[in-house]
Amino acid sequence: MAVHETDVAIVGAGPIGLFAVFELGLLDLKAHLVDILDRPGGQLTELYPEKPIYDIPGLPVVTGQELADRLMHQIKPFGATFHLGQLTRALEKLPDGRWKISTDADVEIVAPVVVIAAGGGSFTPKRPPIAGIEAYEGKSVFYAVRKMDAFRGRNIVIAGGGDSALDWTLNLAPIAKSLTLVHHRDGFRAAQHSVNRMRELVAEGKVRFHVASVKALHGEGGVLEAVTLSGADKTEWRHEADAFLPFFGLTMKLGPIAEFGLNLNENLIPVDTEKFQTGVPGIFAIGDIATYAGKLKLILSGFHEAALMAQAAFHICRPNEKLRFQYTTSSSSLQKKLGVA
Amino acid sequence: MKIIAIDRNGVTHTLEGRDGWSVMEILRDAGLPVAAECGGACACATCHVYVEDGWLEKLPPRSDAETDMLDMALAVEPNSRLSCQITCSPELDGIKVRIAPE
Repeated sequence: MAVHETDVAIVGAGPIGLFAVFELGLLDLKAHLVDILDRPGGQLTELYPEKPIYDIPGLPVVTGQELADRLMHQIKPFGATFHLGQLTRALEKLPDGRWKISTDADVEIVAPVVVIAAGGGSFTPKRPPIAGIEAYEGKSVFYAVRKMDAFRGRNIVIAGGGDSALDWTLNLAPIAKSLTLVHHRDGFRAAQHSVNRMRELVAEGKVRFHVASVKALHGEGGVLEAVTLSGADKTEWRHEADAFLPFFGLTMKLGPIAEFGLNLNENLIPVDTEKFQTGVPGIFAIGDIATYAGKLKLILSGFHEAALMAQAAFHICRPNEKLRFQYTTSSSSLQKKLGVA
Repeated sequence: MKIIAIDRNGVTHTLEGRDGWSVMEILRDAGLPVAAECGGACACATCHVYVEDGWLEKLPPRSDAETDMLDMALAVEPNSRLSCQITCSPELDGIKVRIAPE
């Protein structure tokens, strides 16, 4: 268990969490960020890295990836600590008045201020709408491959047509007893060389491919014995399998934030528009997850929210200090912090 | 123009479409549960609908980007479309869509 003490714990390393580091940093507040994704950027890098964004002030056009990269560059002087690939699981108040957040990777962050900048929630694998699939998860149904060896000698069914489906088809085929790839069409959005290699394996009889989908799971106590496949012409057949790996990408779910004891309004967190503080003192919410009268889910709105949040966070973290409002253009002390003076 | 939308509970909603708006925007603004996580950029597949009752043939075909993105949707059928890629127009008056499972 690693425990970190800091000024501000930020849940979410999307664009707004990243810019919060900047605004906090100008006020000499240190931050730790937690994100379920394994890289910073949130929706920018996960959903639309290649898509152009046209409404960032001063940047006539910027792609999602480029904006994430630029924000990372902008906050570099402030040395924030990132805890990536981790889900923030719990938030609790300590006897000394500070907050502790803990992650599913056994990291704890203790800080007087917590900022929830979690966008639409945490990115989690899409779960196919198959009756009773939950019971098999972790035993026979997996949304990621952690240890390849766990699949040795198994009869594997992989569903999907993207890079994950194809990559794991290629990687697991040599160690599986059998491997069957199913997809709704005979076409793939995955890298062409992976598709070509998969077709070679099919031709060699080492992988089976069906234009089909998994309609039902059969087994006992979470142990899969077979799946029902349904083909393009709706004929169904039973297919022996003891491992099922659906790869349909990620979707956003609110997750444990729902259990943080905050008021929620349709999965959004109501805040005031002076400090962007929730109903709980010391807990702030900014970006897409925050809601208030007139809220617009725009990146630029989140940036504004981050700036006002930082002012309020300063008074909580440094109750005995006077906040000196300064401009980066004219303040040599801010310029020193930024490493430009 | 009207859009006939069937939600995940099988309830039918008659919505007023607006020329030039996407069907996703109409569904979302009516409070129907389309996540539309990417906001209409054809980048997430969370506005997946089934186009019913012969309306599929009246739509322009899927773009390559939409076909690719549907590979990330669950329970894809031949009449699957991303509703952010369907533009409301008078020709589509009465179009019937069923919201796909989450």
